[in-house]
Amino acid sequence: MTTAVDAAAVAVRKRTFLQRYPVVRRLIRHKAFVVGAALFAIIVFVAVFADWITTADPNRMAIRFRFRPPGGEFLFGTDNLGRSIYARIVHGARLSLAIGLAVVVMNAVFGVALGAASGYFRRLDNVLMRVTDALMAFPPILLALGIAAALGPSSMTAAIALAAVYIPRTARIVRASVLVVREMEFVQAALAMGASNWRILRKHVLPNCMAPLIVQLTFVFAFAVVTEATLSFLGLGSPPPTPTWGNMIAEGRQYIRDAAWITLIPGLALATTVLSLNLLGDGLRDVLDPRLKISQD
Amino acid sequence: MGRYIVARLIQSIPVLILVSVISFGIMKLVPGDPATLIGGPSATPAELDVIRQNLGLDQPFHVQMWKFYAGLAQGDLGTSLLLGKPVLEATIERIPVSLSIALYSMVLTLLIGLACGVVAALNRNGWADQGAMIFALIGVSLPNFWLGLMLIILFSVHLGWLPTGGYVPWQESFYGWLRTSTMPAVSLALLQIGLLARITRSTMLEVLRQDYIRTARAKGLPEFVVIGKHAFKNVMIPVITVIGIIFSVLLSGSLVIESVFSVPGVGSLLGSAVLRRDYPMIQGGLLLVAWSLLLLNILVDVLYAYFDPRVRYDHGR
Repeated sequence: MTTAVDAAAVAVRKRTFLQRYPVVRRLIRHKAFVVGAALFAIIVFVAVFADWITTADPNRMAIRFRFRPPGGEFLFGTDNLGRSIYARIVHGARLSLAIGLAVVVMNAVFGVALGAASGYFRRLDNVLMRVTDALMAFPPILLALGIAAALGPSSMTAAIALAAVYIPRTARIVRASVLVVREMEFVQAALAMGASNWRILRKHVLPNCMAPLIVQLTFVFAFAVVTEATLSFLGLGSPPPTPTWGNMIAEGRQYIRDAAWITLIPGLALATTVLSLNLLGDGLRDVLDPRLKISQD
Repeated sequence: MGRYIVARLIQSIPVLILVSVISFGIMKLVPGDPATLIGGPSATPAELDVIRQNLGLDQPFHVQMWKFYAGLAQGDLGTSLLLGKPVLEATIERIPVSLSIALYSMVLTLLIGLACGVVAALNRNGWADQGAMIFALIGVSLPNFWLGLMLIILFSVHLGWLPTGGYVPWQESFYGWLRTSTMPAVSLALLQIGLLARITRSTMLEVLRQDYIRTARAKGLPEFVVIGKHAFKNVMIPVITVIGIIFSVLLSGSLVIESVFSVPGVGSLLGSAVLRRDYPMIQGGLLLVAWSLLLLNILVDVLYAYFDPRVRYDHGR
């Protein structure tokens, strides 16, 4: 008997990592996810190791080198002030991802708190959902602009404005999941055993709402990166000369006839980042939340 | 149906009120004295006092709020500092411009988005499906203001086919309108085409699996009748909801696109108001746009209930 149990234990231990985590197995078989993850990993690497990847100062002006096309001494060329576009792109990645991450963290904290409170405590639901309805009635970019205009242009303002725009949307998604999970038998059982609301929410309800939340946060990241660039483009993000991709596109706009690369290259960096996050989000949604599957069938 | 519309309107009243509170409150977030921001560093104390009096900033918060709602009840949203005109008048003047571009974008979105989605679903996993979905994914990922600039480089700078910006009303010259509106409309539409194509494809695949489609085929109906009559009608039900969302996104996206193409619409009006701290215009503009979109959403819900009676019955329960 003991031998049989030991053999079973050895068999369990021998199971590979992928056998133990079927979600990971499904993710690495999802082509879109793999491409998105690889692209995003490269962008994160560039952002984290920006100081090692390029030693050039992104704000150093060299008027005699202005409007140099890509290639040769300057990989991505130079802008109207002779600054290296390569150095500005690399450092811009850091700021874009930092703002995106800050928005995701604020969404994860406040969106989950609001959504969980609204879905679990029905008395709060009506009030909280009307407030989220009202915030969602504003077009995202318009509300972000309004908040950014009121608080003044800066990276911090952009992050707060974007978080305020997307928190109600995240709260809605968490609330929808909580409404389903709170009616399940294991939650009723925990309640009958005398568990507190806080414990039920923390131990039983929220862990079962993670899949749609992770998918939502991936898309929030993508939206935040684009909207931050839009705010910078309109002059309401981080003020120049901060090397953000939106600022670079706005600055290059005047020279679009003769030096299109100043606008083209930051846009490509931005589009690649958003594409990688969309691919990641699609993959995560298909694997974690197949009810919403739209990318592959 | 009438009861459903009334219920939907009553439900929206608290949201309309909250939207007005948020529009009023946002401008109170301004750190420090808004008069200093508007007047600039060179303004004298006397000039700052005049700005405060004009904006009512010298009065207590509750009086400011009361005046805001009293004005709102009379259709007075304040006067734009930049234009010297009532906010409502300045906005209404520009609505036809934004609306014409949004509608043009909508037509492009519906034609291309629905076609891509249906073709992709009918050729599932084939080259047309892969191609349409790659196109949709790229559309979703390109920032619209950057796409607008790229279109300018291609069609204005290199090919010289279209003007770099400006706007010609369609009443003056339809050809001129088409030339000035095409690039803004395409820049706005591409993202929405991607979204609509993806949703149409997944809905179509779902519908094609239904029993009534099998029955229609079993009856020997030609494929174009099965798709055109039986499948497409049912695909349109969820698509109507998405169209409402798309239209609101097109209207809000026009804010950036109008700045890129120097189109004198509501978007560029609000954009310049934000940059120059024209607070009454920002406040009034936010409120007007949000209220219009809320009413549009109600219209979409009513249309949805009209096409799918289950919605009305569920609502009544």
